[in-house]
Amino acid sequence: MIPLILAQADDFFRDRTTGVSQCVRDDGVCPGWIADNFDRYVTPFGEHVVLTVVSVVVGFLIALGFALLAHRRRWLVGPITGFTGVLYTIPSLSAFFILQPITGRGTTTAVIALVAYTLLIIFRNITLGLDGVPEEARDAARGMGYSDRQLLWKVELPLAVPEILAGLRIACTTTVGLATLAFFAGAGGLGGQIYADINFQSNVITAGLLCVLLAVALDLLLLGVERAVTPWQRARA
Amino acid sequence: MTALAFLGDFGSAIEFLFVSRESQTGGVQIGGREIWVEMLPRHLLLSGVAIAVACVVSIPISLWLGHIRKGRFIATTVANTGRAVPSFALIALFVAFLGVGFTNVALALVLLAIPPILTNTYVGVVQVDRETVDAARGMGMTGAQIVRQVELPMALPLIFGGLRISAVNVVATATIAPIAGYVTLGNPIINAQVYDTAGRLGAAIAVALLAVGADFLFGWLQRAVTPRGLQLTQPPRRSFLRRIVSSTQREVPTTP
Repeated sequence: MIPLILAQADDFFRDRTTGVSQCVRDDGVCPGWIADNFDRYVTPFGEHVVLTVVSVVVGFLIALGFALLAHRRRWLVGPITGFTGVLYTIPSLSAFFILQPITGRGTTTAVIALVAYTLLIIFRNITLGLDGVPEEARDAARGMGYSDRQLLWKVELPLAVPEILAGLRIACTTTVGLATLAFFAGAGGLGGQIYADINFQSNVITAGLLCVLLAVALDLLLLGVERAVTPWQRARA
Repeated sequence: MTALAFLGDFGSAIEFLFVSRESQTGGVQIGGREIWVEMLPRHLLLSGVAIAVACVVSIPISLWLGHIRKGRFIATTVANTGRAVPSFALIALFVAFLGVGFTNVALALVLLAIPPILTNTYVGVVQVDRETVDAARGMGMTGAQIVRQVELPMALPLIFGGLRISAVNVVATATIAPIAGYVTLGNPIINAQVYDTAGRLGAAIAVALLAVGADFLFGWLQRAVTPRGLQLTQPPRRSFLRRIVSSTQREVPTTP
């Protein structure tokens, strides 16, 4: 029952069967092959970055809308958590196929599924952050004559930034991982590259490492953003 | 054939789950019985073994680390690394380097299941109030008694929260086990030559239902194991703890 993986691969890797070195013919880890063929990974890497960034940004905007709505009307927290929780539980691989009869194959389908997955993580962290704002800070702002809107944008949201960015970091790393399956929806990415020649160690390790590097890079980038926009955190520490 | 026609693709997908028919390439019976007697039991077996092994490996270690209140670095690192390595890449690495088969794919799933259980158990133990532990010690309890009778019961809700995340993850990822030569519910998705669109969609629906089912089951267990005294108390709010738990816990704690 071992699947005919090579039969499904595109022509991409075919030429390596006529490969020059013994290492490549043995499916091993070949630094030489990786160096020579690194340009094969540029396009899938780009697709992966786009999938991740677009999904997290769209997910953030929707989740922020939900969170602000729930901030005004507390009773909505439960239903929204339940709804996004179900979306979070449905495996993205399933979602890629379930969406296809409706949205077709392609990047749109993949992004919808990935966005659905990020909603719970981001919504929950924004809500946690807004709830964590000290009551004294709110009182002080009200005492200075802030309206509800000013209170939200000038006091509550800035104080919630560390929690919100923590949510975005989790969402980013998770989405990088799930986007490796986006090729099942016809959206490319590094996962397609892995799948195209899954028995070739050089290929799997290169594409896998690129995924991990992307996850770590996005994580550090958001950590940097957090440091930059919350100078008071450093002053306290 | 026609009863579910109004559902379009979804109708034929649901039909695939219940009625066997011959494959496009001919000669093989696909769908229906095959799913219930072959794929589903194997899917459950693989997931169950992976989760059980992950528990046996990670719960004792993190109970002990939490008890001596050390290893915060380990808990955070495991949680972060676990998220950064995509599960698909992990399985692919196992296939490329160790080969195909049940053991290899189960091992990959164990690695996938460990981080949430380990982190949640650790946090569950560490968040137990020092005063509570001191009181237990003052009553003459030994270290082992404190772990078993105080820290473990108080950590149970978080441990089961971690189990819940792992279970959903493992059930979802077991779908791609056929690339490692072990047939699970994901077979129609991976072996696309034998199955048609209806088969792939049917498998996707089955996996989604299974994941939601696992989430419900462990959510129910989580509530069932919460000691009654704990159901009334609020979790302590400490920033470090909140940060790692908020990455793994599902519920939004509401402030009074």
